[in-house]
This record gives sequence, C-alpha cells and structure tokens, in this order.
Amino acid sequence: MSVSGASVLSRLAEITGDSNVTTDPAQIAGYQIDGKSPAAVARPGTSEEVVEIVKFAAREKLAIVPTGARTKLGIGMPPRKYDLALDMTRMDRMVAYDPGDLTLSVEPGITLQKIANALAEHRQFLPLAVPFMNRSTVGGTIASGVDSPLRQIYGTARDFVLGMEFVTGDGIAAKSGGRVVKNVTGYDIHKMMIGALGTLGVITRINFRTFPLPRALRTCIATFRGTAGACELRHAIARSVLRPQSVEILAASGGSSSELGRRAAISFENDRWSVVVSFAGDEQVLNRDRRELEALARGVDRIALESFTELRAEPAENVSRHIASLPAAILEHSPAAAIFKISALPTDLAALASEIQSVGIPWLVMMRGLGVTYLALLPIDRSENSLRLLKQECGRIFSLSGKVPRGRCMLPWCPPELKSEINVWGEPSGDFPLMQKLKNVFDPGGTLSPGRFMGGL
Amino acid sequence: MDSRLLHDLTKLLGPRAVLHEPEDLLLYEYDGSVEVARPECVVFPRATADVVEIVRLANRHKVPLVGRGTGTGLSGGAIARHGGIIISFSRMKRIVEIDAENQRATVQPGVVNADLSVAVEHLGLHFAPDPSSQKACTIGGNVSENSGGPHTLAYGVTTNHVLSLEVVLPNGELMRLGSAALDPPGYDLTGLFVGSEGTFGLVTEITVKLTRVPEAVKTLLAVFDSVDDATETVAEITARGITPAACEMLDGWTIRAVEDYVHAGFPLDCAAILLIEVDGLREVAEAEAKDVADVCGLHHAREVRVARDARERDLLWKGRKNAFGAAGRFAPSYYTQDGVIPRTKLPATLRRIGEISKKYGLQIGNVFHAGDGNLHPIILFDERNEQQFRDTIRAGDEIIEFCIQMGGSITGEHGVGMEKDRLMTLLFSEADLALMRRVRDVFNPEGLLNPGKILPTSKGCGEIYVRPRPAAAVPSA
Repeated sequence: MSVSGASVLSRLAEITGDSNVTTDPAQIAGYQIDGKSPAAVARPGTSEEVVEIVKFAAREKLAIVPTGARTKLGIGMPPRKYDLALDMTRMDRMVAYDPGDLTLSVEPGITLQKIANALAEHRQFLPLAVPFMNRSTVGGTIASGVDSPLRQIYGTARDFVLGMEFVTGDGIAAKSGGRVVKNVTGYDIHKMMIGALGTLGVITRINFRTFPLPRALRTCIATFRGTAGACELRHAIARSVLRPQSVEILAASGGSSSELGRRAAISFENDRWSVVVSFAGDEQVLNRDRRELEALARGVDRIALESFTELRAEPAENVSRHIASLPAAILEHSPAAAIFKISALPTDLAALASEIQSVGIPWLVMMRGLGVTYLALLPIDRSENSLRLLKQECGRIFSLSGKVPRGRCMLPWCPPELKSEINVWGEPSGDFPLMQKLKNVFDPGGTLSPGRFMGGL
Repeated sequence: MDSRLLHDLTKLLGPRAVLHEPEDLLLYEYDGSVEVARPECVVFPRATADVVEIVRLANRHKVPLVGRGTGTGLSGGAIARHGGIIISFSRMKRIVEIDAENQRATVQPGVVNADLSVAVEHLGLHFAPDPSSQKACTIGGNVSENSGGPHTLAYGVTTNHVLSLEVVLPNGELMRLGSAALDPPGYDLTGLFVGSEGTFGLVTEITVKLTRVPEAVKTLLAVFDSVDDATETVAEITARGITPAACEMLDGWTIRAVEDYVHAGFPLDCAAILLIEVDGLREVAEAEAKDVADVCGLHHAREVRVARDARERDLLWKGRKNAFGAAGRFAPSYYTQDGVIPRTKLPATLRRIGEISKKYGLQIGNVFHAGDGNLHPIILFDERNEQQFRDTIRAGDEIIEFCIQMGGSITGEHGVGMEKDRLMTLLFSEADLALMRRVRDVFNPEGLLNPGKILPTSKGCGEIYVRPRPAAAVPSA
C-alpha cells in the first residue's frame, strides 16, 4: 500500500488532526534526504500519537524517518525506503526544569536555542555547542550524535543524558534511565539511542543534567608553522594542570577558506596550524591560564610559534561559537564539501596531520584535542570532474585513516552523488553482529529510518 | 554438580583453580549484600582463553555462570542465585597497558580499583571512579555495576570512564566493544554493557580513561546542629552552581558510630557533618572553598574546618569510607539502601527517613553522597527477631517509595542485583521491562549468565524473599 492512498492519509489525520498531515509537494520538498522525498509528513503532538503512527506504519509496512529542524538529514546513508517524515517539532515542551537540582526534561522538538534561553535565566546551560546549534532541535542533535568542542571538559551527550523515553519500531513506548544525576537502575538503553539516527526508536523525551554557566570566557590562539608545534602544544596542555574548556587544532590548505578563517580569527595561510584553547573562570584564574598556556606554547617550539593572541569576552565567545559550528559554516560556504570524522588516539594526531597535507584538493581540518578530527574536503564546484576528484580523495582518506592504529573513520557529510559508491560509515566493526540483533529487537519490521545507519541498519 | 563437568573444568584449569568442596564454597555464598546462595563450584581462570573454554563447557552442560571480582558488591550481583559456576577473576589482575600520553589504561577485570590509581600516580594520573571499597573491589566489578563513589559528583561514574571492553558472550564468542579512540561509529554497545550487572557477558579486558590529578585539593568539614541546616546547605551549594569534587553527609548517629571506631576527629555532639572537597587549579580550589564555607555559614554551620594537610584529609576520608563498617558494630545486621532523589528534595527526604525510623522504632543511620542526592540509609536490625526483620524491609521499601515519589530512583550505584529486582516495577512499566528482557536476550538468550538478576522474575513486588545473614562481612559503599 502506498502512503498517498486516501485511507492511509485519513488514518494519519485521524491520529494527529488534519492540519498536521500534509502531502503538499512544496512542503514535502523540505524533508528530502539525499534527494529522496517522503510521500507525506505527519506532525505528532504527543508521545501517544507517535505510538499510534508508528504502529500504523509498522502494520502498513511504511518506512518512517523522524525529523527535527532538518539540519542534519544528510548524515548517514539515504533511507532504503522513505514513506513518511515524522516531524517532531510540535513536541517542543520543556516538561520539567529543576534549576536547584540542575536537571532538565524536554520533548525532542524543542530547539537548543530555546533551551539555552530558559537555562540562561538561571545561569545554566547544556554543553551542546554543536553545528547548526542556532536552529537544531535537541532530538535531532542527540539522534545524530554530533559532538562539541566542549567535550574536552563536559564530555558528550552520553555523559550528561540521564534518561530517555522513546517509541520502538513496533510502536511500543518505553524508557530507560531516569531524571536524577546518578542512577544505575536497569539497562542504559538510552545510551544506544544517542547517535543511532532514529534507527532504534523515535525519541519522545530526553532528561539532561545541566551545568552552571561559566563566569567568563577567554580564548587563546597559538599559531605555528607546521604541524609538529601545534600537536606538541596539545600534548603539553594534556600533561599540565590546566583544565581548558576546549582545545582545537585548525588548519587549511592555502587561502582556500580565508573567510572561514577570518570568522574564527585564524590565519588559514599555507602550513599554519593554530591551536585554539578556551578557558572559563574568573579573572584571576583566566590570567594564570593565559600565562601558562603562552609559556607552554613558547616551550614546545619557540621558533615555529608565529603568534600568540588572546581574545576576551565577546570576541572569545564569538570565536568559540564559530568553531563549534564550523561544519555548518563549511557546508554553507561550500555545499559540495565532504566532511570526515576521524577518531584516533591523541598521539596519532601528528601523523594524521601530516597525511592530511597531501590531500590533493582544498581542505580544512579541525582536530579536537581529545583525538576527534573533522576533515573537510572542499571541491571548487559541483561539476562532474570535481565530484570525481572528490570521490577519489574520499577513498584515499578512508584507507589512510585505516592505517592509523585504532583509528576509525566515517563521512557524516558529503554530496549525495557520492553515496552510490561510498559507504559513509566505513567498514562495520567486529561487534556489528550484535548491533544487527539489537536493531531487530527495537525495530523488527524495519520501520525506522531503514538503511541510514552503519552496515545498512 | 555433574562430575563430567567438574572433571573437564579441572582438566582445563588444574586442580588448584577449581573449588567444589562445601567448606571451600562457603566464602562464595555471599557478597556485601544481605543475600546468600551457594555455587556448585568456583573456578579461577588465568587468561581470556580460559574464560572462553569455561563458558563453552558450562554451555554444553547448561549450567549457570556468574562472574565475580572480590565480592564487595551490595546488591547480590556476584551471588550464584541459581547455583552453577562462579568465575572468580582474582587471578586475572594484570595491568595490560598504561598509555600515559593518551591517558588510557587497559586492565584485566581482576585489577583492584585503587591499584590502578597507585600504578599511575607517578604520572600525575588516577582512575577517577572511587567506590568506598576501592581498596578491595575490582575494575571488572565496577564495570558490571557501573560503580560510583564520593568523587563521581564531579568526575562521573564508571561508565563515563570506560572506552572499550573485551567480552566473552554466553555462547563462548569473544568480542571487542567500543574503541580506545573516541566515538567509534555504530551503536554505543560499551555504554549499554557497562552496568549490565554481569547479565550480558563476562568482561575479560577493559580500556579506561585516566584523569589528571588536580593541582590543588581542599577538604572542608562543616559541622551542623540540625540535619535540616546540613541538607539545605547541600541544596544551596548545588543551586549556586558550585560543583565540588565530593560532597558527603553523615548524620549524628553515624558520626558517633564512626568516631568511636576511626577517631577521625568528628565532633560527637552535632546533628550532622558535611565533608566537602573542591579541587582544580590552586586559585579555583581556594575560591570555591571560600564559596562553600560562605554557604555553610549562611545555614548556621557551627564550625567549618579545612584540612591542613594530606594526613588530616586522609583521616576525614577514612571516617567517611569506614562508616558502614562502624555501623555494623552496633547491631547483628544492617540493611543499606541506595535510593536517589533530586538534590532539591534532600531536606524533605531526610525528614521522612526520620519519621520512618520513629514509626518502626528502628535505628537508621545516614551516610551518603549528598552532592548527587544518592542516599545510603543504614537500617540496623537483628535478623533473629522476625518482626524486626519484616519491619526493616517495610521501612526500606517506604524510603524507596518516597524516593520514587520525589522523582528519584531505587539505586544510584549499588545495582539492582537480586536485592532490588522486585522494586523494578515501581519505576518501570511492563513494556520497559519487556524491552530490557529482549535486549538481555540478544546477549544472553538462554539466561545462563547471572540468572535471576536485575529483571523481576515474577510479577508484582509484594513478596519479600530477602534473607538476612549475620553481620560477618563488612560491606562498604
């Protein structure tokens, strides 16, 4: 049965109300994933409605993709089947916020911006400085598993999500975890939902631990000629007593991204590698942070150190925000870009950095001090020739990162044209058979985002 | 036990690595909880390959298998509830690799928690999760229970520090979950596995993160004449956005029990003390210590003392970490709980515990991780008095029910095990539990691995089958 069938539409409308189901091509176009459009969009308002829709879809063998602000639909492989977009943006309530306990419970459709505003009133925040954070919903952010420079000190969602409610692929509402900051009751199923791209369940509620907003921010930028000094500084910081909020190494092939560099207050000249370090705290502490960081930078390689600059207050915040959302800015600036995420041990960053320098097309790289690298390949246009070159380089990056011990590589963003020949997830890992079995438990009929995840899950 | 199986196990591991005489099994009947069950044999593998073979043999004979570290657990996780084989990891205690530059270590499951921190101390690193039993408990056990400890307030619990696991599944398959590098693509199986209380697989190797030792540590002792003042201090410290590295509370009864035993220097005539630690850069620790002391003062602390040196600091912590042992000296048995509540509900919850104590005429001591709302009421009782035993269980249940009403949870760090499985239905629906069961079945389809844990075996929670035992073992939290 096709989703556009009148009976299907009327059943959906029965569940969500007429105005929350659409087949209007103009609206549907906005839900495309890699050029694939759904036949209809439904906007549930409650978790009960999600249950009904998923049950119905499972029965009718319709494939559902849950969506939020639709900023990251390009992550993963195109769905094998895409009948219905489940637009979660109506479920945008803040269900509970206990500032005194620093805990928060929200529906998935609420935007990060709205959460930030509400928390800021109590001088708190969620450390999710992620790409598209000005528009993203919290559900999409969690489901896509994007990370943030602030992970240096706050960790990732897996460290501060306390529990979740979700609807599995057979339409069962379930939960795991809880709302308190410490809890070992039952299996931590919600951890698997983070980064699962909606292939295990439709998230209907997320409980977070919140954090006090830092008093003041300072950002220091140490720019080196060559990769060695920058990577050495990263190690020196790790060995020191300093506790920065973020440590990012940035570089780009000559001149190609000067506009992106300017916004990050970074020189993207040839062979310049900048270490951007942010600190939080009060004036006295920030002064010491700056002083000791500068000493470390001069200590690792006084000759290669080209500049050491310091930004305070708003400029510091702007740069941090810009670096956090850099993948989004890259895609805006260069829509055909391919952005890799490469995980490696921090000591392998230097080897990775020198390999990157041999990439044959313009590139930009951002390496988190903890060992997560985002490498953007920037084709000059979308012509057949450019895409062919891009594909070639992508293949090379996959094999290159395979040579880094314990390195893992995936391609979260690339032009859809590449996905017919490249599996963006790379080779499935040894524990993949367990993942297959788990997918089968959560979504036995293959209703949820089929095919978008690793290994065709 | 089947003599063929015993023969095969002995052939595989040698006679010195298999215990089966009743007197040898006694020690393995219990852990730090109030539960008892006798295994049919205990085996001591030396290597992952041994574990694989043991699992295959057990499988062939359809005998239950239970992994065990040093048996310090507080929820019956390492007890062979349905008999079978206990696999003791006490001979798999090698630190396989220390990678200081990347702040990682790879260890076998039998490595004692504190031993890892000692081994990396000269590098300025430590393993952050610090259960009170850290001098005895193993990292394998920490992984199974997702253990916490006083300093998890700032540093997170075990799951926040585990990157990768090598596990033997109940079918004998060896698998590597996660990766030493961050964010391996795929579902977060490591995150799912940590805290599965030995029901998914047997962990044979663990890669953990190591944490830099802070430049400065300040330990404060704040003394209060009222429990309310102490709990309100904690609520305000939290609300002000100060995150101490640890924030522990002991009530008056516990203080007196501890002081008599440890001589930590706790005042004997007060209603409660808070043990608060702040750390980080020297300037940060100093500023936060001042903020904390200010809040204590606002809430009528009688005295705020800062430990002058490492010796004083260690003594204060010794007082805290030995509280359970001290309590055990005052009654034949005690029942410890592990409920969690939102920090804003601390004052109300402590008042409620006081009422419950009066209602049943039972002594309840309180020593707990106040900073993250993780309570450990200790109910003293004599198991020979049947009425008192029943009242103890009832009082415990009432406390847990109150925690749940407050929006909390039944266990913060001790695990569900065989002690709290009947309480799971208070938090989770049939659908939640059915899904958890299906997830477990992916790993452990025949239920041979640690059967009778976490998931309630029968519907409802009216039945009380907790059996107490004399206070021979002194557990620590």
